[in-house]
Amino acid sequence: MSDEDHGFGGHRGMRDASIVNTAGRGTIDGTRRSGAVRPGVAAAPFLAARDMRGGYGKADILNGCTITVDRGQIAVIVGPNGAGKSTAMKAIFGMLDLREGSVQLDGTDISALNPQDRVRAGMGFVPQTANVFPSMTVEENLQMGAYIREDDFRHTMDQVYTLFPAVAAKRRQAAGELSGGQRQQVAVGRALMTQPKLLMLDEPTAGVSPIVMDELFDRIIEIARTGISILMVEQNARQALEIADLGYVLVQGTNRYTDTGAALLANPEVRRTFLGG
Amino acid sequence: MDIANALVAILNFVVIPAAAYGSQLALGALGVTLIYGILRFSNFAHGDTMAIGTAIVILLTWGLQSMGVNLGPLPTALLALPIGIAITSGLVLLTDRLVYRHYRRVRADPIVLVMASTGVMFVMNGLTRLLIGVDEIRFDDGARFLISVQQFKAWTGLTEGLALRLSQFITLAVAAVSCWALFRFLNRTRSGKAMRAYSDNEDLALLSGIDPERVVRLTWIIATALAVMAGTLYGLDKSFKAFNYFQILLPIFAAAIVGGLGSPTGAVAGGFVIAFSEVAVTYPWKKIAGYLVPGWQPDGLLQLLSTEYKFAVSFVILIVVLLFRPTGLFRGKSF
Amino acid sequence: MSTNRQSDAASPWRAPALLAVLVILFLLEGGVSNAMFSGSWNSALGILNMGLLSAIMALGVNITWGYGGLFNAGVVGFLALGGLAPVLISTRTIPGAWAAGGPGVLLALLVGLVTLGLAAVVARRLSGAWRFWAALAVVAIGFVIYRELFDPAVVAIEANNPAQAGNIGGLGLPVLLSWPVGGLLAAAAAWGVGKVALGLRSDYLAIATLGIGEIIVAVMRNEGWLARGVLNMTGIPRPVPYELNLQADPGFQARAAGWGMDVATASGIWVKLCYAGLFVAVLLALVLLSELALRSPWGRMMRAIRDNETAAEAMGKHVTRRHLQVFIIGAAVIGLAGAMMVTLDGLLNPGGYAPLRYTFLVWVMVIVGGSGNNWGAVLGAILIWCLWIKAEVWGPAFMKLVTTAMEPGPLKAQLLESAPHMRFVAMGLVLLLVLRFAPRGLVPER
Ligand SMILES: Nc1ncnc2c1ncn2[C@@H]1O[C@H](COP(=O)(O)OP(=O)(O)OP(=O)(O)O)[C@@H](O)[C@H]1O
Ligand SMILES: [Mg+2]
Repeated sequence: MSDEDHGFGGHRGMRDASIVNTAGRGTIDGTRRSGAVRPGVAAAPFLAARDMRGGYGKADILNGCTITVDRGQIAVIVGPNGAGKSTAMKAIFGMLDLREGSVQLDGTDISALNPQDRVRAGMGFVPQTANVFPSMTVEENLQMGAYIREDDFRHTMDQVYTLFPAVAAKRRQAAGELSGGQRQQVAVGRALMTQPKLLMLDEPTAGVSPIVMDELFDRIIEIARTGISILMVEQNARQALEIADLGYVLVQGTNRYTDTGAALLANPEVRRTFLGG
Repeated sequence: MDIANALVAILNFVVIPAAAYGSQLALGALGVTLIYGILRFSNFAHGDTMAIGTAIVILLTWGLQSMGVNLGPLPTALLALPIGIAITSGLVLLTDRLVYRHYRRVRADPIVLVMASTGVMFVMNGLTRLLIGVDEIRFDDGARFLISVQQFKAWTGLTEGLALRLSQFITLAVAAVSCWALFRFLNRTRSGKAMRAYSDNEDLALLSGIDPERVVRLTWIIATALAVMAGTLYGLDKSFKAFNYFQILLPIFAAAIVGGLGSPTGAVAGGFVIAFSEVAVTYPWKKIAGYLVPGWQPDGLLQLLSTEYKFAVSFVILIVVLLFRPTGLFRGKSF
Repeated sequence: MSTNRQSDAASPWRAPALLAVLVILFLLEGGVSNAMFSGSWNSALGILNMGLLSAIMALGVNITWGYGGLFNAGVVGFLALGGLAPVLISTRTIPGAWAAGGPGVLLALLVGLVTLGLAAVVARRLSGAWRFWAALAVVAIGFVIYRELFDPAVVAIEANNPAQAGNIGGLGLPVLLSWPVGGLLAAAAAWGVGKVALGLRSDYLAIATLGIGEIIVAVMRNEGWLARGVLNMTGIPRPVPYELNLQADPGFQARAAGWGMDVATASGIWVKLCYAGLFVAVLLALVLLSELALRSPWGRMMRAIRDNETAAEAMGKHVTRRHLQVFIIGAAVIGLAGAMMVTLDGLLNPGGYAPLRYTFLVWVMVIVGGSGNNWGAVLGAILIWCLWIKAEVWGPAFMKLVTTAMEPGPLKAQLLESAPHMRFVAMGLVLLLVLRFAPRGLVPER
């Protein structure tokens, strides 16, 4: 839905900072109320997003894409730029109107839930961009992650700080003033604060140095060991597939290859086309 | 040189009036800045929200007075204020439900909200006129002075007098308490932090489970409470006239921008900067110059600008700040 | 969904239909006498004339907003400034006024301008913390000199025949000449504002124009030497005949008899028709020019900038300069309307320039008519003006109907008394409804 439809003839490049504030503006309709949760298909994986079709406007970006993750598994989505990986993640999180398809979590069909309620249902999401609250301190970012929790979350916060010691040292600093890699760690930490059962990460290692990247992957494995399912989009496909239980190669909004991480790495065709040799 | 009398004169004619006026502007600017930060547009209806809220408080005050209820030395309006805030908040929430929410739902460009707010401004302006008319109304009752000129002169033996009107004192006290409460709320409480988070990054706030509609409702209620307080205090301090509340929109916007739009601290600072400059520039300094430089009799009043041009002061300060520090005194969200 | 609404909104019948509605309203007002319409052609033409002027104002706003995407919140100021032109250009010269303080005022204004220019240069050349204080020092020194020159000159002018004049007086030139001058005055002010408020890190035009609008009106209210301030300036010459002269003219008396009207009514109608003719001519010329400009390479560039500012900037277009241009042109059109309005009234009343009426109501006109579309703005302006005027009559009528069942008492009295204020509510509702259900206006941009 474009602005033009509602902007009495378009926004006309309006950049008058004295009357409009475009910083931090959202893209999701926050007024949407959730529909009912229905029982899902029995014996399905923990997360099962099936046959998703939809996009941002008229053209579909997702053309029947299916993603599943089982409990404690690490699933990785790889694919060329613009393949629709981020779009698939948003669709799973209810940030996109799907024309077709369903999302099932832990045995229930949550297709009708809005993003806020999916958080309550046990999902956590770290978007690709704008994934921290820049003017708030690191500590406040983590507290916001725990917004839905009514219990004492200090223990979880300590866990996050042990997981990411570099961030712990900066807890009183505004997140917007951190380096790119530190910001990614805050972003992951924020999502962990809800104690999700499923953690979705969109390119968590973007702009991160190789050492920190290895570190981050180690952390992600640690998180998965605690029983949290992980769904991750990655550009560093090789390293990601190495730690993946399940790998998806997405091209133009459809599943091109689906297999275990190791099998995909061994597949010569996948290596040639998507892993650069 | 007569420093004591000069200081008293400055205090009496510049500092006290400017502090009271600054508090009123700060309360108004806080509302503007909160709405700008969270709903992401400048609310042209804010002045008229102040007006209609004050009108409601006045009607309630009259009602209480006719029932024989009063607060002794304090103005009865203070008793009516909380009820007035509640009623006005209800009204504002109704406009959100009927007008603004639709545009949030379709994710319309913020400029559409600005335009919608001018529509709301017209409606509220008309309702205020229907409710209470356009005439000047004084509604302060109770004691007039906390310190009167005679008392002060008797105490100190100075030739220059100093008066602190009760309305000025109440203004300062109410503004101080509400600013303190607001900052505590924004920085310490879960809901306050959720508001800041929403202002920082709307989508991520959603992904943290924050209910955006709750944040928006809270913002409207807080901004309205501040506006009604500002309007009532302004009316107690000066008088109520519907048109003045439209005019005060300019200094309020100026205060919010000078401080840095979206920054609550900035709004308070901006309010005082604007108020002090306005009063200092339009005050005739002749008398004080006479105390400080004995024997000097300047032929002018030593008044930089006549009071009719007080709005020019907010404007000039605004322009100067924007030229030299485009994000405002405290870095706001506009860059 | 609204996309469908858009496509049928683009129907070519919209503009003619709206025009037909306006014609019917006009005929009703002129020909039918009841609780809702006055049945007086004089009144109908009076509304039409102000409607035409509103259309020119709306055109000015439409140029800045529709073509440039700039929000001018100070329409009232540019309008008032334009209204100064007929006073300065076409009222009679006042003996002794110029000699008393004319050169002094001019010199003072010159000093003021030089000071500002110098301060700008200083601020631009220097850097660091010095920048601000040096510029402030320049302004402070300049201000003192300015006041030393200005104050005595103003006192002298205002002391000159204070009962009837007390102002600088005009040049005694034809009033039609003052119309373009009004445009130029507004354009000059717009240049100053735009230079400062456009193209900082982002624009701050809305708040800057809101401020300058208030300041211009304050200046006109308080500077008695200029146009007598709140004392009002009457007797501004007309470009059309006077009713009294017509009534005394035997030829006109005969013609009035031929129309079957009494002379007084006929003269009023004739004068208003003359004005209407002039206004329509100016309006059509402006629409034509604006449409031509929009189809020229300049207009294509404007639209390119508007539709994608970033791309245009990347292609090396000076976005800020174009924005400044379009803002100045829009303000000039508003200034022109201001001069025409004062000419129509024969009176400059600075106390009457209220922002709600002259800034925000003009915005309602543009939004309701259809921003970006000249015909939309014009028709919307006339429609809204009609509603604004008639709502003052319809409001009490409506209120009387509503309160018939009520007991007489203070509430009923208050409601009946303040019923004319209902028009503010009505305008707000019209704006909100159009914004919601026909966001691109009644006659949308093609
Ligand atoms: N907010 C949006 N509105 C409209 N189209 C979008 C939006 N976001 C993405 N697209 C389009 O959807 C397609 C898929 O984008 P997506 O972000 O899902 O790709 P991706 O696979 O995540 O790519 P990358 O590896 O670069 O992150 C692209 O063609 C893009 O242009
Ligand atoms: Mg992506």
